[in-house]
Amino acid sequence: MSSETKQILTTDGIPLEVSLKKAEKKNKIKAFLLVAPLLLFLIITYVFPIGEMFSRSIDDKMITNMLPKTFKEMEKWDGKELPSEDVYKAFYYDFKLLVEKQEHGKLGQRLNKEKNGFNSITKKLFRQVKRNKIDESIGIKEQIMKVHKRWRNVEYWQAIKRTAPPYTLAKYLKGMDMYYGADGSIAQVDEDRRIHRILWLRTLEIAFFVTLFCFLMGYPIAHLLATLPMKYSNLLMICVLLPFWTSLLVRTASWMILLQQQGVVNDFFVMIGLVADDSRPEMMYNKVGTYVAMTQILLPFMVLPLYSVMKTISPSLMRAGKSLGGTPFVAFWKVYFPLTIPGIGAGCLLVFILAIGYYITPALVGGASGTLISNQIAFHMKQTLDWSFASAMGLMLLTGVLVIYWIYNKLVGVDNIKLG
Amino acid sequence: MALPSYTETRYRIWHYFYIAICTFVFFFLIAPLFVIFPLSFNAEEFLVFSEGMKNLDPDAFSLRWYKDMIYGTKNPWGLAAKNSFIIAIFATIGSIILGTLAALGLSSRHMPYKGIIMATLISPMIVPLIISGVAIFFFMAKVGLAATHTGIVLAHIILGTPFVVITVTATLSGFDHSVTRAAASLGSNPVNTFMKITLPLILPGVISGGLFAFVTSFDEVVVVLFLAGLENTTIPIQMWTGLREQLSPTILAVATCLIILSTLILISAELLRRRSERLRGINR
Repeated sequence: MSSETKQILTTDGIPLEVSLKKAEKKNKIKAFLLVAPLLLFLIITYVFPIGEMFSRSIDDKMITNMLPKTFKEMEKWDGKELPSEDVYKAFYYDFKLLVEKQEHGKLGQRLNKEKNGFNSITKKLFRQVKRNKIDESIGIKEQIMKVHKRWRNVEYWQAIKRTAPPYTLAKYLKGMDMYYGADGSIAQVDEDRRIHRILWLRTLEIAFFVTLFCFLMGYPIAHLLATLPMKYSNLLMICVLLPFWTSLLVRTASWMILLQQQGVVNDFFVMIGLVADDSRPEMMYNKVGTYVAMTQILLPFMVLPLYSVMKTISPSLMRAGKSLGGTPFVAFWKVYFPLTIPGIGAGCLLVFILAIGYYITPALVGGASGTLISNQIAFHMKQTLDWSFASAMGLMLLTGVLVIYWIYNKLVGVDNIKLG
Repeated sequence: MALPSYTETRYRIWHYFYIAICTFVFFFLIAPLFVIFPLSFNAEEFLVFSEGMKNLDPDAFSLRWYKDMIYGTKNPWGLAAKNSFIIAIFATIGSIILGTLAALGLSSRHMPYKGIIMATLISPMIVPLIISGVAIFFFMAKVGLAATHTGIVLAHIILGTPFVVITVTATLSGFDHSVTRAAASLGSNPVNTFMKITLPLILPGVISGGLFAFVTSFDEVVVVLFLAGLENTTIPIQMWTGLREQLSPTILAVATCLIILSTLILISAELLRRRSERLRGINR
């Protein structure tokens, strides 16, 4: 054979390899163009806004924009002793501008969050500035210091300096019950005020136990559905699918009726003599309600992946295990159970992801002790209007969910999600 | 599931225990839905079974809450139902179009970066609704679509497309691409091929994805709570307010109607699934 291999040409005289590559590229573009509308739509309306949540959560430009001259002068200040006349002077001119724009109140409120006591001293300073009591021709530092003794306190000037950067992680720290201390170090909130950490832990706890309950209840019925003859299992499948298709609010409403103190469940407990009529337990507006309702609502998401895996396991495997001398328990544990692990992984991850972000059901039946982190986010969005804090908490939750989603994608693959 | 006659006693006991557990779980799943039914015919205003109802006294039952649902003057259910249907229908159409196109692209073997794109397209289903709600609210407020039907429809398209993508991709996984090549070799253009060959074959998947998108939109409350103004109220919003404030039996009448609706949807989804499996030649 000769060393030079003959190039195969198409009828147009182009080398086949080139022509094939061109065709492949064309196909690639074609496929991409089909996906492009949805991808673009989602990026604009969904992915970018989530990114915007991030910039909102770290945004702290308000004071940076209010006191530009002050922060410029403060760059030279070492932050240990009272700042120099220049800083006071710059602050005075910034403040005077704010008074003209009537924005001094906002400054006071924002600084008050940084250090208590700012609100009153900015008001005092405002009155002095308003009445033109401050003489600009002589030392301004002395005059400001006379307005209130806190203006002579270096801690307050340190607090102002801390607000200089346009970005802050303070909201994230707040979400973990921490804050920036006076010297800029990270400090813990007092033990009795650590509400957010309790909420995070409770969210994890409830998501974990709901997943566990779903698994314990879902495994047997998925097994039954997979082993029963078709005509029976189809009928029973409706029991799984009907709740799955029914409105979430309807299902939550039915639990509210069942679990109330005069409700059916309590009636039943009284009837069988488990509890006395006058001491009916509170089963709603607490954790019990959240557990019961969420387990029932999320159970189909456990059963369906388990079922689709169990359906593929041949019954002869169990028979083989038994014929080789295993008791039914051993055969189940050594043969059947390991084969269902992919289904268990898929179901548990799916239920956990859904449970960790649950909002509606805990809000309606959870009361104070059964609410989750989502409810706190909604509270800050609607009631306190602290949107940057809500964004920060949302992104912390999102990070957790995305990690689990990534694991899910690795283990199960998103294209293997089964629906009904 | 009959047991063989040689089964030992302890396995016999275990077997009955297993059946008992399964019965309990099925009961736990389905029974809550049936509580709503009789209570929605309650003649009284309380959401508990009255003595009359327990004794099956006909006077204890009435249709007054259904009348209240339809004719009640203070009730916004009519407006809510109208809005819900309009929003859900448009959201479904949007989801079907965008989702089916994307699924066609994704199931092509030439698709670059398939994994990451698929993960992005599915993400609205995975990301907690409250976060989606906050993000979409920020976007809609910025472009001036908050408190409009358009805004809510767009939001529901975001939430509905993952279902269409999943179901249509699943249908396409068993799709024989040689039929489209055959059509092309016989001189059909791509659009014609899609309409005449591909679409009829994947239609069950498309419709069942559409049903998911419809139910998602029709049942969605978290995002709507952020977006809706008074004019855009929907059935879920009315139920949400009702459940939080005064738990009136009218809600149960609405809930009964919703259960009937979901039963109808379930039946059509099941029929479609079976038809689709038959078409794709999967024998079960």
